[in-house]
Amino acid sequence: MRVVVFVKATEDSEQGALPSAELIEAMGKYNEELINAGIMVGGDGLKPSSQGKRIAFDGPGRTVIDGPFAETRELVAGFWIWEVKDMDEALAWAKRCPNPMPGPSELELRPVVSMEDFAETMTPEGAEIHARNEQRLAGQ
Amino acid sequence: MAADETHRAIEAVYRIERPRLIAGLARMMRDVDEAEELAQEALLIALSEWPKSGVPHNPGAWLMTAAKRRAIDGIRRDRMQERKHAEIARELDNARDTSVEELEAAMDDDLGDELLGLIFTACHPAISPEARAALTLRLIGGLTTGEIARAFLSREPTIAQRIVRAKKTIGKAGLAFEVPRGSDRTARLASVLEVIYLIFNEGYAATTGDDLVRPALCTEAQRLGRILAGLMPHEPEVLGLLALMELQASRLSARTGPDGAFTPLTKQNRARWDQLLIRRGLDALGRAEALGGANGPYALQAALAACHARARRAEDTDWRRIAELYDRLRTTMPSPVVELNRAVAHSMAFGPEAGLRLVDEIADAAALRNYAPLPAARADFLFRAGRMAEARSEFETAAGLTRNMREKAFLLARAAACS
Repeated sequence: MRVVVFVKATEDSEQGALPSAELIEAMGKYNEELINAGIMVGGDGLKPSSQGKRIAFDGPGRTVIDGPFAETRELVAGFWIWEVKDMDEALAWAKRCPNPMPGPSELELRPVVSMEDFAETMTPEGAEIHARNEQRLAGQ
Repeated sequence: MAADETHRAIEAVYRIERPRLIAGLARMMRDVDEAEELAQEALLIALSEWPKSGVPHNPGAWLMTAAKRRAIDGIRRDRMQERKHAEIARELDNARDTSVEELEAAMDDDLGDELLGLIFTACHPAISPEARAALTLRLIGGLTTGEIARAFLSREPTIAQRIVRAKKTIGKAGLAFEVPRGSDRTARLASVLEVIYLIFNEGYAATTGDDLVRPALCTEAQRLGRILAGLMPHEPEVLGLLALMELQASRLSARTGPDGAFTPLTKQNRARWDQLLIRRGLDALGRAEALGGANGPYALQAALAACHARARRAEDTDWRRIAELYDRLRTTMPSPVVELNRAVAHSMAFGPEAGLRLVDEIADAAALRNYAPLPAARADFLFRAGRMAEARSEFETAAGLTRNMREKAFLLARAAACS
């Protein structure tokens, strides 16, 4: 199964504080372990929400909201995509992650939806559009 | 945390550590059976201690220390006379005196190498390919004998026997659980890659039974491929095989329709292709080619799979490029099956007559006698050339040859459509 692991933001990450040399090294070793175990299939860090934008939808209305966003603990500072056998394995790996932040922090593990989960509502037209989009996503 | 939940958490940690634990113990004890038993005992100790003490900071080193202590105890209890064991005991006693940090550091240094050594040993050419696959799934993949038996649609005693025999072969040959060096290395690596691809294919193109694909085996083989690519990042064919598996696996969920029937490549809903796997596959292929491995058999096959992955719609497929890749593959990896696929590629690039010409050149090959894809391909060329009566008869021949029920249904449906 595929799982996205979110690194939740903190005051430090939102201020754009650079990680310490120790953390960079520890995280590098951890990523190496994930790769060597064959479970890491992707991931990236995100810049603070001060550089982000939000679009609020209300019927036909679209409003742009500039970052930073207030609810720091609900924001995301980075993510991995893992392929694991089950949530137990994902949890075991997540627990051995070095604390990604200088203070208290959280990881959030969420299983990924697959196309099968949409089978009931997916029409041939919908599938066609997804085909186009996903192919573009692949950078072709 | 509930006791049950704690146990599951500990077992998850153990599953992560098990392959490296067994690799280290096998090299130390020179015996796979003993290594497996010691690892199992270490798990039992962890299950009794960790709920009280918590999971240790470095669980791998902890389990290894527990297993080594158990080995010393065992050796003392049995008062083994054999010199081999006495030596091991002395070594272990010495190791016991070193600090935990030193032990951890030493393990960090050796682990990759030991795991790789175990992979090479499990895939030794002295063992039959099926037994290699079973042993690799057991030791590296951590699958139980029952799980392996289900995956290979075999009976549990058969698989168990296969594993026992493989272990005996390892013991008899006195294999040192080491990574081969020098001239031996290339041949031994080929044997490892063969096993991983065999596991993948057993999942991808199940030759018997009702299920067309058994994705769990594919996932397992991909994981093995990724582990190997992590351990041997400069071997182009390791990356080639990884690329091939990631690209083929990207189509897994599109290969069967809602009723479980087989869907050929050109008819697949490409929205269901896994773009993350395609990106990973193309990336691995790029690295293999950058290392000068573009003409390796796995890299070439991955390049073929990449042609399909890059086509947004079936009609965008670059069949000329595919035909050209097959022209190269047949010199790198001469086989009747490659020739057959080459005929299909040429039929798509240059028309059904070109396909018929090539397929008739190989129709007498002994390896293709009773091989369903041959008449199936020929039937398709005839169908596209408008020769319906001949096409129908060939589709029926193909349907009579396949052992896969879903494929048979597909071929009979095509025969019925020839009018």
